[in-house]
Amino acid sequence: MAKIKMKKKSTSTDMTAMCDVAFLLLTFFILTATAKVPEALPVDTPASTVQTKLPDTDLAIITVGKGKVFFDIKGREIRKRTLEGIGAKYGINFSEEDKTKFALMDDFGVPVTGLKQIIDMKAADRTKANQPGIPLDSLDNQLKEWLLISRRATIDLDDKELQIAIKGDAKEEYPKIKKIMDILQDQKINSFNLVTGTRGKDF
Amino acid sequence: MAELNTGDGGGGKGGKVRSKKQNSKVDLTAMVDLAFLLITFFMLTTSLSKPQSMDLSLPDKNDDPTKDKDLKVDEKRTMTIMMGEDNKLVYYMGLLDAPIAGPKDIAYGKEGIRKELLDRKKSVIEYTGNKDKGIIVIIKPGTKSKYKNLVDILDEMAITGVGTYAIVNDFQPKEKELLEKK
Repeated sequence: MAKIKMKKKSTSTDMTAMCDVAFLLLTFFILTATAKVPEALPVDTPASTVQTKLPDTDLAIITVGKGKVFFDIKGREIRKRTLEGIGAKYGINFSEEDKTKFALMDDFGVPVTGLKQIIDMKAADRTKANQPGIPLDSLDNQLKEWLLISRRATIDLDDKELQIAIKGDAKEEYPKIKKIMDILQDQKINSFNLVTGTRGKDF
Repeated sequence: MAELNTGDGGGGKGGKVRSKKQNSKVDLTAMVDLAFLLITFFMLTTSLSKPQSMDLSLPDKNDDPTKDKDLKVDEKRTMTIMMGEDNKLVYYMGLLDAPIAGPKDIAYGKEGIRKELLDRKKSVIEYTGNKDKGIIVIIKPGTKSKYKNLVDILDEMAITGVGTYAIVNDFQPKEKELLEKK
């Protein structure tokens, strides 16, 4: 009698296609992820339960920590335009190369006169450069100028109001933060963001 | 494995050396596992690394003091919170000269200021009998308070759902005394 042989099914599936897809996605995510650059002024932000995300563009971040103030603008075109404006205001000539470099930079905290030096540095050196912070006393309020010019640049380019975020260190004294808020309010910026960390409701 | 044929003693054909057929399939399970793990990691880090933030709106600043209009507010609806050095927190209800409650030291967090705020919020609504006329919180950060204190209190406002609050920077001499008292 002829035996009916059951075909033995293989338990292993062909994973080639799955592997292909997985690696394709992996490559995509790796390439789109932006590497985190070390900040020039590392701050430890206080935690809050409110979780609104900051926008990616049209944003200026004022970092306050260790008594120093640093400034950062998101968006390359706005950065370029702002540098042009600052150069015109303080009579410093920035070359096209400087502008491109500045557009790719992160936050900085030097008086305008020292800006060129910082631009010329390598990214790794900038964090070590021990930048003194942007001056903001009443005699030489450069932060005010930066804000004014970058806001103007945003309106020119994107026809939008620049969003301002304050990123303060948790241990920073309140008067320092107050001073920043006063500068903002002097320009009729009454609404801004405070960058915070996250925590649960039961702390 | 190659084996020597010993059984065949004759001078005929030698035994065929058979190499085992290698399976061309490689087990990809581990590789796929790893790939998905990395995908998950990159997906989460790209969206989660965005900083969180808190909105803050301040009233218009008026440089001309003659234009300042005094807003008349029922003092029974106001609660003043003052922040001082070393996480000191003092609160009182109403006017300092004739307070409804306090002035009292209180702790930050769930058991301290939050409980008080929620209780007061309820009692103020009971007092006014109008849901739109809730508690008004005046936040006074002292010169020695830290930025963290301010964010903590603003956070409490968000948690307890107090919509009307203001940050005020001038202190009465008596308030200063309270804040500096150990």
